[in-house]
Amino acid sequence: MHIVVCIKQVPATLDVRVDPVTHNLIREGTESVINSFDENALEEALRLREKFGGTVSVISMGPPQVREALRKALAMGADAAYLLCDRALGGADTLATAYTLAQGIRRLAPFDLILCGRHAVDADTGQVGPELAERLNLPQVTMVKKLECDGKTIVAWRECEEGTAVWELPLPAVVTVESKINTPRYPSPIGIVRSAKKPLTVWTAKDLDVDEDQIGLKGSPTRVLRLFSPQRTSHVEILPGEPEEAARALVAKLREQKVL
Amino acid sequence: MDFRLSEELELWRKTVREFTEKEVAPYDAEMDRANDLPWDIVRKMSESGFFGVPFPEEYGGAGMGSLAAVITIEELARGSASVALTLDAHWLATDPIFMFGTEEQKKKYLPDLVSGKKLAAFALTEPVAGSDAAGIMSTAVRDGDYWILNGTKAFITNGGAAETYVIAVKTDKTKGARGISTFIVEKGTPGFSIGKKEDKMGCRGSVTTELILDNCRVPAENMLGKEGEGFKVAMVALDFGRVCVGAMGVGCATAAMEAAGRYANQRQAFGGPLAKLQAVQFKIADMAMGIEAARLLTYRAAWLRDAGQRYTTEAAMAKVFGAEVAMSTCKDAIQIFGGYGYTRDYPVERYLRDAKLLEIGEGASEVLRMVIGMNTLKELA
Amino acid sequence: MQEIWVVAETYQGRLAPVTLELVGKARTLASGAGGKVTAVLLGSRVTELASELIACGADTVLVADHPELALYRTLPYARVLTDLIEARHPDVVLFGATSQGRDLAPRLAARLRTGLTADCLDLSFDKDGLLVQTKPSYGDNVMVDIVIPRHRPQMATVRPHVFPAPEKDAGREGRVEVVPVHLEQADLVARVREVIAEVEEASKLEEADVVVAGGRGMGSKENFNLLYQLARALGGVVGATRPPVDEGWIDAAYQIGQSGKTIAPKLYIACGISGAVQHTVGMEKAKVVVAINKDPSAPIFNLATYGIVGDVREVIPALIAALGAHK
Repeated sequence: MHIVVCIKQVPATLDVRVDPVTHNLIREGTESVINSFDENALEEALRLREKFGGTVSVISMGPPQVREALRKALAMGADAAYLLCDRALGGADTLATAYTLAQGIRRLAPFDLILCGRHAVDADTGQVGPELAERLNLPQVTMVKKLECDGKTIVAWRECEEGTAVWELPLPAVVTVESKINTPRYPSPIGIVRSAKKPLTVWTAKDLDVDEDQIGLKGSPTRVLRLFSPQRTSHVEILPGEPEEAARALVAKLREQKVL
Repeated sequence: MDFRLSEELELWRKTVREFTEKEVAPYDAEMDRANDLPWDIVRKMSESGFFGVPFPEEYGGAGMGSLAAVITIEELARGSASVALTLDAHWLATDPIFMFGTEEQKKKYLPDLVSGKKLAAFALTEPVAGSDAAGIMSTAVRDGDYWILNGTKAFITNGGAAETYVIAVKTDKTKGARGISTFIVEKGTPGFSIGKKEDKMGCRGSVTTELILDNCRVPAENMLGKEGEGFKVAMVALDFGRVCVGAMGVGCATAAMEAAGRYANQRQAFGGPLAKLQAVQFKIADMAMGIEAARLLTYRAAWLRDAGQRYTTEAAMAKVFGAEVAMSTCKDAIQIFGGYGYTRDYPVERYLRDAKLLEIGEGASEVLRMVIGMNTLKELA
Repeated sequence: MQEIWVVAETYQGRLAPVTLELVGKARTLASGAGGKVTAVLLGSRVTELASELIACGADTVLVADHPELALYRTLPYARVLTDLIEARHPDVVLFGATSQGRDLAPRLAARLRTGLTADCLDLSFDKDGLLVQTKPSYGDNVMVDIVIPRHRPQMATVRPHVFPAPEKDAGREGRVEVVPVHLEQADLVARVREVIAEVEEASKLEEADVVVAGGRGMGSKENFNLLYQLARALGGVVGATRPPVDEGWIDAAYQIGQSGKTIAPKLYIACGISGAVQHTVGMEKAKVVVAINKDPSAPIFNLATYGIVGDVREVIPALIAALGAHK
């Protein structure tokens, strides 16, 4: 089986603010990690490989520092990593990202399954998986919390408003996964040592045979108009005193507010 | 001189940090209350290959060397001194088997110890012989293909939890240090039992017990190293162990400084955060300097070991300094927290109790100062 | 003229609350811009729901009724909507940010080669008639206004509960148009084996008027019992942040926040919750928030209406007692 896992590097902390003057993003800390749901996707791929044999490829689009995330994926057990890295790819929204990833994944054909996290925790869109499926003309199932596979078809449990829907799809397909699906392994020391010898290939826009109108900012229909901080003005009323006194005051307030 | 860690070591540090933040630190307070070894965490560490970091691939390790081992201990100690201590004590017994074991002994014991499937413990200290290691009283007497071991070992980390013990006893009572030999003793050997479990002040998530040898029959092939070589085995093991304790000091102090720093930035007093007060800034500055110096001592000692050079003095320096930095940092951290720091609602009092162990175990600061002093004076002669 | 479409969702023969919220919002937007609201209703035997969409503000309801549309699947739904959008060129297409909407909208956006904004919290038209879509980012630490200047339709998924449910006007007039459904074999490769209904206590969480939630500060599974007692006294439901779930004090189904549930109760009582954004994204629509925490600097107090600084193990029993005394 050849499984392709898409990963995104995201900031380690979501503790960001918007500068009130410049409207630029102020990030606390510069550490980056693999998007947590993507680690679930990789874990699922590694488990399927343990069952069926084959290879797991990881692919990501981003700046050169994404190599670090790909190194971790290799240390966790992926066989090969691909980084789509080019200034021309910068400023991409989900549509352009999905197109670019699709062009990269086509070069990895044949493949049986493409796994992604349900969304990236920074931008929180969850759009790249389905958009990628469309660009590759493959069926999709998203937000999967349990996956079974017999090598030819998959059965996927996905949470929906009515409970859990159980889908059955032929392979190849695109699947995006929930955190519930598994607990990702940590890279082992020996995995880290061995990963140094695994291939990490960097592809530029030229390597990918892309239509220049569909990549980067140019290929992105959406535009960010502005960033701003959510309005959160604190107007808490602290009820003082011993617990009993404070509790009585609270009950009185809640009655006044008619929420009791 | 290049102070950057390799890409490999950076990735491993990040991995241990993530593991510690998710799997270890949240349970440290609970293990302190329970006074028991967190087997779940030990199992997860084993699954993730922690136990094999410094050992070669042929025995199931990763062959990453001493610096990687030290980083493992440091990062674990940032979340739990107890868990770091458990691994340190395990290595203290596993490393001499690797260094002094026969090929048969290595094949028999190392795979399970390197994978962490079984824990190991190292036993030198006795109720009346701690720093004065040559003064141990336990004995072994030859009886055909066996040795008969008798005596009591005290303050043995991983006692009871370990399956494999490296135990130092006197095979020749007429000699001091040169009369000592070490044996590998398996749990369940007739005549070998676990004594009292200590109710320790700190590091309560690691177990410490007595070991009782009562006519314990150990096959002669279980002697580790040559007869009379036991003191050397112990000292070689302790050199590495001391670097690891230095790393525990760095980790423990880092945790205390981080807690104090967060609190100082948040807590308001005199119309601003505590962090604006110079008295607090000075304390944090001393912490940061101490930690950085302790880390460099520790890393350099590990580097010397990996380079195959003598490092007994540097190991002792790393240990004494790291332990004392941990103590002073935890003490000051409590001071910054004020009354809250003195309660069990905040972790800094626990860190202080944990840190105190580092000044005592694996060579008390006083005896190690003797080592450093003597070795330095020898060079100055 | 702005033509705003809302893709309706149905569960077990009923319209999803978010669909009604969206139709109501679309009505407001259209009225301001001289536009028209169209709801697209897909399913099997769903035609009779059209009148409710009209009552909520739709001018037209396009009904795609077909047995293969009975249960949601990506490809058949995408096919029907692609055909309709390509034939009729709406300016705006809105979806609920539900498991269906978040699956379907991006598939469609890629097929139509247009822009899509996920999980919006607000929508408005600017002076040029562009749809300004406000979405949270970085776990709600940052808000972003996004526009789709040149591609049509402008698409968005919108988080449930952010717009009020509209007043229904049963006398409102509108047009119901049943549209033909052409599906291809390739659209039917996925099969829904079954839908396992999980109507558990946890699902009441999202509908509850009173939610009592616990965080790491509860300290233990035993202390969580205090929450159940308080919830009982208030006629509410218990929820939690992520740490108690990780600790095994409560099932993951009760988790509120990112990767958990989003709620909008009338009263929300946060017990031993520090107020990390990963949690607060799930509860900030609560009307009255009470925070009980021993750490006066806990960020949860910034969101709270009322706060008590103290140990949950003392304050909750006192609160239960005070509630009893008032009865």
